[in-house]
Amino acid sequence: MRHIISVLMENEPGALSRVVGLFSQRGFNIESLTVAPTEDATLSRLTVTTIGEDGVIEQITKQLNKLIDVVKLVDLTEGDHIERELMLIKIKATGAQRAEVKRTCDIFRGQVVDVAPAMYTVQLTGASEKLDAFIESIGTSAILEVVRSGVSGIARGERVLSV
Amino acid sequence: MELLSGGEMIMRALKEEGVKMIFGYPGGAVLHIYDALYQQDSVEHILVRHEQAAVHAADGFSRSTGEVGVALVTSGPGATNAITGIATAYMDSIPLVVISGNVPSHLIGSDAFQETDMIGCSRPIVKHSFLVRSIEEIPGVMKKAFHIAKSGRPGPVVVDVPKDMTAPQEKRPFQYPETIKLRSYTPALKGHTGQIRKALDLLLEAKRPVIYAGGGVVLGDAAEELTILSRRFGYPVTNTLMGLGAFPGSDDQFIGMLGMHGFYEANQAMHQADVIFAVGARFDDRVTNNPKKFCPNARIIHIDIDPASIQKTVRHIEVPLVGPVKPVLADMIEMLNQMDIEPDQEALKAWWETINGWREKHGLWTGDRYTRRDQIMPQDVIRVLYEVTNGEAFICSDVGQHQMFAAQYYKYDKPRQWINSGGLGTMGFGLPAAMGVQLAHPERAVAVVTGEGSIQMCIEELSTCTQYNMPVKIINLNNAALGMVKQWQDMQYGGRYAGSTYSDSLPDFVKLAEAYGHIGMKVTDPTHLKTKMEECFSMKDRVVFMDIYVDPEEHVYPMHIPTGSMKDMVLSKTERTK
Ligand SMILES: Cc1ncc(C[n+]2csc(CCOP(=O)(O)OP(=O)(O)O)c2C)c(N)n1
Ligand SMILES: [Mg+2]
Repeated sequence: MRHIISVLMENEPGALSRVVGLFSQRGFNIESLTVAPTEDATLSRLTVTTIGEDGVIEQITKQLNKLIDVVKLVDLTEGDHIERELMLIKIKATGAQRAEVKRTCDIFRGQVVDVAPAMYTVQLTGASEKLDAFIESIGTSAILEVVRSGVSGIARGERVLSV
Repeated sequence: MELLSGGEMIMRALKEEGVKMIFGYPGGAVLHIYDALYQQDSVEHILVRHEQAAVHAADGFSRSTGEVGVALVTSGPGATNAITGIATAYMDSIPLVVISGNVPSHLIGSDAFQETDMIGCSRPIVKHSFLVRSIEEIPGVMKKAFHIAKSGRPGPVVVDVPKDMTAPQEKRPFQYPETIKLRSYTPALKGHTGQIRKALDLLLEAKRPVIYAGGGVVLGDAAEELTILSRRFGYPVTNTLMGLGAFPGSDDQFIGMLGMHGFYEANQAMHQADVIFAVGARFDDRVTNNPKKFCPNARIIHIDIDPASIQKTVRHIEVPLVGPVKPVLADMIEMLNQMDIEPDQEALKAWWETINGWREKHGLWTGDRYTRRDQIMPQDVIRVLYEVTNGEAFICSDVGQHQMFAAQYYKYDKPRQWINSGGLGTMGFGLPAAMGVQLAHPERAVAVVTGEGSIQMCIEELSTCTQYNMPVKIINLNNAALGMVKQWQDMQYGGRYAGSTYSDSLPDFVKLAEAYGHIGMKVTDPTHLKTKMEECFSMKDRVVFMDIYVDPEEHVYPMHIPTGSMKDMVLSKTERTK
């Protein structure tokens, strides 16, 4: 199963490499990873999406918790949560294609953020599945470049991850 | 406030932490620290002959005392040489602080002379590490390093110090913190009362119980509590390789080591058990054999300080109990004293009859497993060693067949008496570890049980033994081969000895010992073994190298049959379990 694990960790040099190292060292899979400081400059928030059976996920959370730099973590997929990913995508668009791309973009609530005679750059946010679906409907032959931010997530309701 | 240089701060921090002795090797990046070391007298420095040995010696010091071991190495090759030692300590959860020098801060990342990314190299094999970024932070970093190394599940901590952080002219205010609090690190101090109660209830229900105790009991100083609780229940106790000594090895209630080369009766009892009480043991693959076939009928209680050890390999844990073993066991004893319920004595009697039956039929000295030949048998060497040292010596082992014989045939009555690299299996560990043990216990007999393969991996330390007068006794079980490798080649590769023999290139160990100023003894005749061993241990202030020629054909048994269950064992060259 796919899990989104959200980690609050010390904003220290070396902390990120310990987290990433842990995944490669123990053969855990990383689907995506994002990290940035929080409102408290001493803390970073890291979100990792991973796929694994229950036993593996249990080990991932336990091993992450063992890292001295990790302050707290939560497996967001255990409860209701909001998941977002940002994608910037350059799409070939000439002639009749231009209108077609624009239409698809509208359906997915994307925005055209840059235009050139033979292409559009589209910005799209949403759950990873939605971004996948957009890529599929555009078709790989029309895609020039894809940049995805990786997943960020937050719990729904009043639950917060903080120190 | 007092003004000190970074080098002086490091020495003062060591003093504040109660460190009496460190093991190290100098080089450019740590010269400031060495100069600060020279100008103080609370910490003694032991100059080893290889940085790997510095870390192993600090490790042996720690294993035998429970204190944090400290090593000091220079940047680049000094740091990388320390890596094997750090990994060895990491795998066995030994508290160490390893201080490595690094190139000056402004040169980091420039491929400077003797630069290595020590934080990166050591990352997967440390509990934590620090790169010192300012002189001011040294006291705090040192305090944290010691705290992290010894608390919770212990482990090695690296403190990497760029040279400019220790410059003698750069003085800064020094105050050593009394306490330290880390918001991201709060190891459990006690076990959960509800879980303790559940554990007791399950233990009291048992008909075929086994107490399976590991290195956590030794490291957690809980041997006494374990012994009291085990005696109270009267249940059979088995120890892991790392747990030997956690329960007295000469006690009738002890059914031997378990695992790959465990006793028949211990492995059988585990497999047949209905309740397993795992204490400070981590269901290592060298214990469980195939985890999917592990003890199918057992309901399992697992005490461990590390939550990640629980359900890691064996998944059916009924009562997980996170906490340090000592207070958890103490709480169990107290709670038990308040309950007026006793174990099922009838069931227990029947269980012991079964176990004693296994013991009689398949014990270590029975069957084809051990047949005395006209050569010295390695098992006999350990038996004689046990007799001559009254079972009271520190036994520091290397890795191979000799290690398994030393684990099986010496009876360890005390925790910390048996010192070996169980997790990483590091050949070369024995001699340097023994140096640390001997320095911590100058009055005690310290023996290195080794093989001609392993001893050559850190043999340069014979010179350190001379310099600091460390009269360790080296018991070299010389089978003229990498015996454990050869055994596997016999069993699984049709006796094709690829790279496991030396074609008569072994040194004359007697002359070698003498070259270092020690006593060498060669023993080939079984009838001389005991007198020679007595002679060896009577030379209390000398290093003695006993080069004992043992039967090169001998195998270690029992041995788990790969992919089988706990009870599936090869028992000798001719027998195996059905
Ligand atoms: C540093 C290191 N290299 C390789 C091994 C693999 N290994 C395990 S036992 C062994 C043979 C050890 O030979 P020796 O020390 O003579 O002991 P014996 O088995 O003959 O008693 C080897 C090579 C190891 N454990 N450690
Ligand atoms: Mg050998």
